[in-house]
Amino acid sequence: MKEEIIIAGFGGQGVLSMGKILAYSGIMQDQEVTWMPSYGPEMRGGTANVTVILSDKKISSPILSKYDTAIILNQQSMDKFEDLVKPGGLLIYDPNGITKHPQRKDINVCSISAADESALMGNTKAFNMIVLGAFLKKKPIVTLENVVKGLKKSIPPRHHHLIPMNEQAIRVGMEKLKDINVL
Amino acid sequence: MAEKILMKGNEAIAYGAIRYGCDGYFGYPITPQSEVMETLMAEKPWETTGMVVLQAESETSSINMLYGGACTGKKVMTSSSSPGISLMCEGMSYLAGAELPCLIVNVMRGGPGLGTIQPSQSDYFQCVKGGGHGDYKMIVLAPASAQDMYDFVDKAFELAFKYRTPAMILSDGVIGQMMEKVELRPIKPRRTAEEIDAQCEWACTGRKSGRKKHMITSLALEAPVQEAANIRLQEKYKEIEEKEALFATYRTEDAEYLLVAFGSMSRLSESVVDLARENGIKMGLLRPITLFPYPKQALESLIPQLKSIASVELNSGQMVEDIRLIVNGRVPVYHFGRMGGMIPSPEEIYEAFVKTINR
Repeated sequence: MKEEIIIAGFGGQGVLSMGKILAYSGIMQDQEVTWMPSYGPEMRGGTANVTVILSDKKISSPILSKYDTAIILNQQSMDKFEDLVKPGGLLIYDPNGITKHPQRKDINVCSISAADESALMGNTKAFNMIVLGAFLKKKPIVTLENVVKGLKKSIPPRHHHLIPMNEQAIRVGMEKLKDINVL
Repeated sequence: MAEKILMKGNEAIAYGAIRYGCDGYFGYPITPQSEVMETLMAEKPWETTGMVVLQAESETSSINMLYGGACTGKKVMTSSSSPGISLMCEGMSYLAGAELPCLIVNVMRGGPGLGTIQPSQSDYFQCVKGGGHGDYKMIVLAPASAQDMYDFVDKAFELAFKYRTPAMILSDGVIGQMMEKVELRPIKPRRTAEEIDAQCEWACTGRKSGRKKHMITSLALEAPVQEAANIRLQEKYKEIEEKEALFATYRTEDAEYLLVAFGSMSRLSESVVDLARENGIKMGLLRPITLFPYPKQALESLIPQLKSIASVELNSGQMVEDIRLIVNGRVPVYHFGRMGGMIPSPEEIYEAFVKTINR
């Protein structure tokens, strides 16, 4: 198993932490992982992205030009990364704020209204976990049990009481995912 | 087995410092290595191991604090990124001249000048060839993973004390900022005063009754004295070259084409090798782990089987000059690089390589 993922959106949406939780979940099931962020000045209020690789084998390059999965959370990232999904790959996006929806027919496309769903949950901070849930529904590369373990490792103990809420958000994401283009 | 923790390369340097018995860290923040001091400050090692962590007023101060600490035989270190390393070069020359062991970490970013905060390997000449004035070398280790960042703290201190010379970990923004799993290997406690006296018989640890005065200086006004010091340094560097070169190879057994790359670019180059092999090209990779001493023998032994060599670097072509000196015209040596913080993809490197063999 090797999964190469780009997660891209606005700074503050939890893009980097979603990637970190995913990477930690991989470690919990003894996989090799890399997490390579964009760390430029664009992080401050602008776009942020992170490349996450999970693999059963040693990972060579942490830098990629094509991805198995793109998780896209704003229009700028759609413009940049839609074309970089490998044919047959997966694109998941939140339609909130998207003006130009994905056009490709050679990849699987799904949407998750994570911004709306997190508002309905009464917790907009659950946004990134809803997106993660949608991804895991399509590609169950890590188990929910290991995600919870990964969460415990990624967030400080004083926030551990929020883990059930995060778990709930993941379930919401799994449930509310919509297929747009299915190969 | 020890727990595996997800962390950035920069964090791994900080954990390495604390767990491998570092006595003091002196630094000044600069992207992309600020997490080194951030992590040290968060971990508060002064409350556990007694390690000093101090934010100096500048890089110039940091390196001179290092000089002071190193004179007492303590394991001292600093970290910075390219523009900050330039400020430290005077001190590095003095440390080399005074034969003081210490660790300097450079997480390279693009230059010249203030340049960019994005990754680069454009300080190869500066760090491998000296940087400061005078005929000196530092031991230079090039990590390619977060685990290397952790492990090389210990390795660098070991070599620095073995040879009484400054050692550098030459990393870059990719390795510093990337998170990977790191196994925290067993702790090596800080040395006691007695252990330092036993290991560093040259150190200024307070004059005990009867022992001769210890003098640490890089000053020798009389030319014959200075030349004798130069000869001693050069003999030391020769011994280091003979004994301490480290390298790794990837799929070189039957390779006809060789990539040579260090640090982050060695990781990308592994993917290039796989890509070439998928296309029926017998390619391999030589990764120098020490840049000084350069793994000359490892390269030398591969030359007879090779059709060409390509050096892959995040610069305009620096390490390639060392490769050409070793190869001495026997096979063509090419260079592929990006500059200014741009990172090529493995596919881009592969396409550039294909052009060289079709030339």
